[in-house]
Amino acid sequence: MTAAPEQPTERAIRLVDLYPEVMDVYADRGNVIALRARCARVGVGCEVTAVGLGDALPSDADLVLIGGGQDREQRRIVGDLAAHGPMLRAWAEAETAMLAVCGGFQLFGNSYRTSAGEQLPGISIFDVVTVAPGPDWERCIGDVLAQPSLDGLGEVVGFENHAGRTYLGPAARPFAQVLRGWGNNGDDGSEGAVYRQAVGTYLHGPLLPKNVELMDRLLLAALRHRYGEDTTLEPVEDQYSERAHRSAVAVAKRRGRPNPR
Amino acid sequence: MTDSDSGRRRRAPTFRERGALLLGRAAGAATRKLGRGGGTALPGLIAATLAPSLVAALGGQLGHGAVTVTGTNGKTTTTRLLAAAATRAGLLPFTNASGSNLERGIVSSYVEQANGSGALEQTAERLGVIEVDEATMPAVFAALRPRVTVFLNLFRDQLDRYGEVDSVAEGWRSALATAGGATTLALNGDDPAIALLAEAGGAQAVTFGVEDRSVALDGIEHAADARFCLCGAAFAYEAVYMGHVGIWRCDACGRARREPDVAARDVDLSEHGVRFQLDVRAAGPGRSLQVDLPFVGLYSVYNALAAAAAAHALGLPIDALVEALEQAGPAFGRQERFLVDGRNVRLLLAKNPTGLNEVVRTVASQARPPTLLAMLNDGIADGRDVSWIYDAEIELLAGYAGSVIVSGTRADDLALRFALAGVEPTEVVADIDAALERALALTPEGGWLEVVPTYTAMLTVRAILADRTGAAAYWETAEPMEVDL
Repeated sequence: MTAAPEQPTERAIRLVDLYPEVMDVYADRGNVIALRARCARVGVGCEVTAVGLGDALPSDADLVLIGGGQDREQRRIVGDLAAHGPMLRAWAEAETAMLAVCGGFQLFGNSYRTSAGEQLPGISIFDVVTVAPGPDWERCIGDVLAQPSLDGLGEVVGFENHAGRTYLGPAARPFAQVLRGWGNNGDDGSEGAVYRQAVGTYLHGPLLPKNVELMDRLLLAALRHRYGEDTTLEPVEDQYSERAHRSAVAVAKRRGRPNPR
Repeated sequence: MTDSDSGRRRRAPTFRERGALLLGRAAGAATRKLGRGGGTALPGLIAATLAPSLVAALGGQLGHGAVTVTGTNGKTTTTRLLAAAATRAGLLPFTNASGSNLERGIVSSYVEQANGSGALEQTAERLGVIEVDEATMPAVFAALRPRVTVFLNLFRDQLDRYGEVDSVAEGWRSALATAGGATTLALNGDDPAIALLAEAGGAQAVTFGVEDRSVALDGIEHAADARFCLCGAAFAYEAVYMGHVGIWRCDACGRARREPDVAARDVDLSEHGVRFQLDVRAAGPGRSLQVDLPFVGLYSVYNALAAAAAAHALGLPIDALVEALEQAGPAFGRQERFLVDGRNVRLLLAKNPTGLNEVVRTVASQARPPTLLAMLNDGIADGRDVSWIYDAEIELLAGYAGSVIVSGTRADDLALRFALAGVEPTEVVADIDAALERALALTPEGGWLEVVPTYTAMLTVRAILADRTGAAAYWETAEPMEVDL
């Protein structure tokens, strides 16, 4: 893949990948793989800093990613994440782009009560609370098709697999409305949450490879964070991604859980 | 070594159990007569519904008891290898050769062995070698009362079906803690998630592992699942063989891989097979024999080691085992070869990231790059969630020089994954029949075509290949996995 010639090549985003060795249960690294490839394609540099347990955060970031983990992994990171909480919240206030997926989304909320009844504190970037109702309840598993509430963004498609039910607080805005799938709680039709340029979602693992519009939105937000509001990003076609998006949409429409509302 | 009869209940089947058995057998025969698949699960469904105690009653008659084989990867091949070794040693093993490894498929395999009055024949020589789905293990363990319990490995696989990896391991632990008393464990000592099961229960443990650092990887793989010890600290590795499998230790609590009782040394991986030195450390003088295995990949070495450890625990002669390993045919869809219009076609089943990584390494290591036909389906037996392809190291094929055809119900997802890994697909053909035609056309006469399918894609493509080459249908040779619909 070659860079489009009209793009200045000196631009670069600073991507912070949080706990990639712990929070990666559903192939979450697919998002990093896709972002690196997209950046190369549109002629933007991509400096990835992996922040593991006990590591310090860098001084600034344009885009932060965190993936999913089982209860055990969430328990493992929760103390370390709390120590980074003030910095991450300050970044979110300053319009750093973020994508928090599944278990990462839960811990970017106010709290998560695990299936075992343990209360894990979150870092409150999103005003949401998550409760895993216990082993007798069905897990929220299946294909998801959702319409984001962000201007101009088309349908997103993916897969979810979570026990926790997430409820939005008064300050929270949903990321999307589910057309197929469970979403936050299988009940109110909401999916994920948005705060400034931060997106939380249950669409796990490789969400960005086949949702290029969302990827470009995060990428543009990251560029603007670093280079100012006038920064632009020319759309570049990606046939493989668009075909994968279309066929996944067809699958979700065929067998995804209908939205009860 | 456990006494095969220790604590085993010997009793005649009850009237109810005999009735259940007869109905189950009749159902299996009728299904096959109608040509509706192998009838591999139906007898078990009927028999188990009518008499849930049937397996314990039949299992109690086995002179050599039963061995169970479970884990994420290698169950079918290991089961097949161990049964072949037992046959060479003069026993009369039976397996759930149809690969029906869920509860009712296992019950079926027992039902098929019994005569109409609920008795096994030649009971003194009988040995059950039973492949058990990893999530089904806790439900059937007590009824099977295995004399030897083989645990192969634990990797992430079909998270949409099994839930989280931790819950699979937790199920094994509690089964061993409550009913593991008399069983001998045959454990992959290189997989910490498996090796630590020795603490959960079981009379004793035989471990197997690879003792050859020259076949180690550069570091821990992305698709590693057991990164943390029971004490909570991260494992350290002296060598990694695949995923999180290797020479591991925990610096915090001192748990560590111990030197394996059954080991592979001097491992030589080639395009057509594997050669290694099989060492068996026994109470008396140990034995060391060279093995030429007709399978490729380090994962095949682990399957052979698992069979060897189980054979050792059963007291089977090692020479019979080595003969069986060297003359083994492949299991259904696992490294099976077909000659189609002068092209060598090999099926390399890949169901999960670690399995796919092993297959990718096998393909990437060949001097002349074969045509690659990769197929991704998203049926229940494949996992409906296709995210897992991003856990696999497709990047090892970046810039691949051979033709690459991508197929299956999720061909577009797989094509995108290949493209992101720097492997531009030659063609994307969702239909499996048409994709096979294209792949054959792109393979020169005398050349090689490697077909890498997920489970249900394998069933489809194997049926086409069998049709074209006259190979046997699955219920005559091996298996498909029973699917819980």
